[in-house]
Amino acid sequence: MEADKVLDCKGLNCPMPIVKTKKAIEEMESGQVLRVEATDKGSKSDIAAFAERTGHELLESREEGGVFIFYLRKK
Amino acid sequence: MAEEKRKRMAIIASKGTLDMAYPPLILASTAAAMDVETAIFFTLYGVDIINKKKYASLKVAPVANPAMPSPVPFPNILGILPGMTPMATTMMKGMIKKINWPTIPELVQTCIEADVKMIACTPTLEMTGVKKEDLVEGVVVAGAAEFLNFALDADITLFI
Repeated sequence: MEADKVLDCKGLNCPMPIVKTKKAIEEMESGQVLRVEATDKGSKSDIAAFAERTGHELLESREEGGVFIFYLRKK
Repeated sequence: MAEEKRKRMAIIASKGTLDMAYPPLILASTAAAMDVETAIFFTLYGVDIINKKKYASLKVAPVANPAMPSPVPFPNILGILPGMTPMATTMMKGMIKKINWPTIPELVQTCIEADVKMIACTPTLEMTGVKKEDLVEGVVVAGAAEFLNFALDADITLFI
């Protein structure tokens, strides 16, 4: 999947992946896609909860060799 | 078109130890990131969390804390010995660093940048002699009514 922006949150723990995702998405245009990479094991449910609450669409969520990868489309 | 009312969270932070400073700040910064209107009312020892002279050096005490992890079996009563609090604090700071957690000053800054309303309790300031200038920039000083006015419309209210 193509992303307009990539955010590296590897090595960071709650709450930083969510805080940084919010900051990154704020700087983007509506409809653009943000790729977030995280190693925090809670990020899988946290990013989904973030998307549900904020209305940004979680397009994809997967794990690759211990790294969680998310694609979010800005509302 | 009426805009949907934002969700709201109101937290009272009443403790000034290193371990108890994290939960209110983590919840507030996360809530703010999730578009929740958030306020923290710092009262009693909780004011230390936003006191520039103190917030970088909050401590954790092993006394009366049997959950404190220790590399060796450790009778809790020994926590009263001189040097035990700095030792426990150093140990906890090491654990915090290991998981790459932000420091308390960093988290306070994150909350302020995210527009979390940070309120310092007036009687506490009177009692402890802490001045408004001692507090982190962006903190407002107010009493219980101000907090209640915000909390009465809150979806989540926590006392920490």
